[in-house]
Amino acid sequence: MPRKSTIQMSALGAFAILSCLLFMFYKIGGSWSFALEERGIKLAAIGLTAVAIGVSTLIFQTLTQNRILTPSVMGLDSLYMLFQTLLVFFIGSNNPLMANKNINFIATLILMIAFSFMLYHLLFRRERVSIYFLLLLGIVFGTLFQNGSSFMQMLIDPNEFLIVQGKMFASFNSVNGTVLGVASIVLILSLVYLAFWFKYLDVLRLGKDQAINLGVPYFKLARHLLIIVSIMISVATALVGPVTFLGLLVVNVTYQLFDTYRHKVLIPGSILLSIIALVFGQWMVERIFTFNTTLSVIINFIGGAYFIYLLIKESRG
Amino acid sequence: MIETKQITKRYQNKTVLNAIDLEVPEKQITAFIGANGAGKSTLLGIVSRLLKKEGGEVLIDDMDINEWKSKALSKKLAILKQNNQMTARLTVEDLVSFGRFPYSQGRLTKDDHEKVDEALAYMGLEPLRKNYLDALSGGQQQRAYIAMIIAQDTDYVLLDEPLNNLDMKNAVQMMKTLRRLVDDFGKTIILVLHDINFASCYADYMVGLKNGEIVAQGSTEEIMTSDKLKDIYDMHLDITEINQCKYCLYFK
Repeated sequence: MPRKSTIQMSALGAFAILSCLLFMFYKIGGSWSFALEERGIKLAAIGLTAVAIGVSTLIFQTLTQNRILTPSVMGLDSLYMLFQTLLVFFIGSNNPLMANKNINFIATLILMIAFSFMLYHLLFRRERVSIYFLLLLGIVFGTLFQNGSSFMQMLIDPNEFLIVQGKMFASFNSVNGTVLGVASIVLILSLVYLAFWFKYLDVLRLGKDQAINLGVPYFKLARHLLIIVSIMISVATALVGPVTFLGLLVVNVTYQLFDTYRHKVLIPGSILLSIIALVFGQWMVERIFTFNTTLSVIINFIGGAYFIYLLIKESRG
Repeated sequence: MIETKQITKRYQNKTVLNAIDLEVPEKQITAFIGANGAGKSTLLGIVSRLLKKEGGEVLIDDMDINEWKSKALSKKLAILKQNNQMTARLTVEDLVSFGRFPYSQGRLTKDDHEKVDEALAYMGLEPLRKNYLDALSGGQQQRAYIAMIIAQDTDYVLLDEPLNNLDMKNAVQMMKTLRRLVDDFGKTIILVLHDINFASCYADYMVGLKNGEIVAQGSTEEIMTSDKLKDIYDMHLDITEINQCKYCLYFK
């Protein structure tokens, strides 16, 4: 790693730790053990989400050779919402599938992963499938799911709708220890799986043809990377709700900070930036806005402002 | 040796290549020539495994191309296409280092670094090695890609229209470099060329395609005749000879 990257990475790491400390100890009063446990679980959930979103968006963009796509185009967020709406619509919000967080998490996770596997299994029976064809299908499915959920949301009881609405926004408030354990295991397994393919990621940046020329088993690699991305997105979404909006921002800031194509720099960079964005965002939601706004609003606001700043800076330079 | 047997390629119902049988001569420059849409680039794409075929087989050193392991094949055969779309920001040195990926899988050894240095020197890119590719001219970029292919150190080098977007000076330099690769290092090069005169001056062997079929093939000497070229291009071409090299004048 070049020296400049090392310094930047250390600074980012220090900043991430500082923001975590702030999150853990700011205005801590009353029972320390209770507060620390509660905040600790939230922080762990944030860390997990940060890894899942940062890594999956990065490898998704490397695979698609596109800096403005996020894995949300695969329609997994919409599938998540559809599933939650279906549950409320047909069996009501009191059913354990909806009311019990552990059961809801496991069921959602299994469904999302199963859906991705089914989709890819059907598609990849033909040996060479264009990535863009897959994305197009993802968009079509996503729109279908979204419209399906909107339709049902119109019909249900307003009180039930509030429950569904609560699921529409990413939130770290409903995470508990059991759910966290399962999510970490799945995430760690997918990271181990990714390690097998890691060496090919840099070459993939050269484009499909060059990657094939240099001996990358491209079609196999694309298949496995998409499965890894799906699993990671599923874990994050089932854990805290739709959060893919974060990926686009974080990964692009990572490219901006670390002017490199090397994934051994980009991946840790995007994880650290995700942690900073999420911890700060959540801290602001809780302490400054006292839960009057949602995390995505804050992150999108700051991210949008940053992009406008970049545009202005570039156009002057 | 590169050999094709009965290669067929279809897009929907349109046959772009029909039962192509070809043996590419070793340690020579072979040029695929023909009109637009004749199937030259498609044939090159299939021989290099970038494109899928509907029928027939490609044999690389007597083994079917599908039997080859990706890694082993990338040490044997290199392909360079014309439009290299790339989103990453790389320096020339980074790009050329990627040529060693088949050998090092990303962890460059001392030997790999030497090969990269040699390739950079060979293409005269040492002064530019730390420059970013997107800041270079088209000709310099093309040279950087060729340096990568040289670092890849394969017996077979396949190039799809390597002279596109190059001015006269750069084009001549490029062809001279390719000629040296064959003469000095014994590489086998296959090119798709649009300019028949470049093919005539630098290639040893020519394969003329028309409507997805090979209509003429042979040494440059044999192909550069008005009759053969009429078969390939469907137009009358006068051949003139200047300094032992045949040119065809097609401008009027």
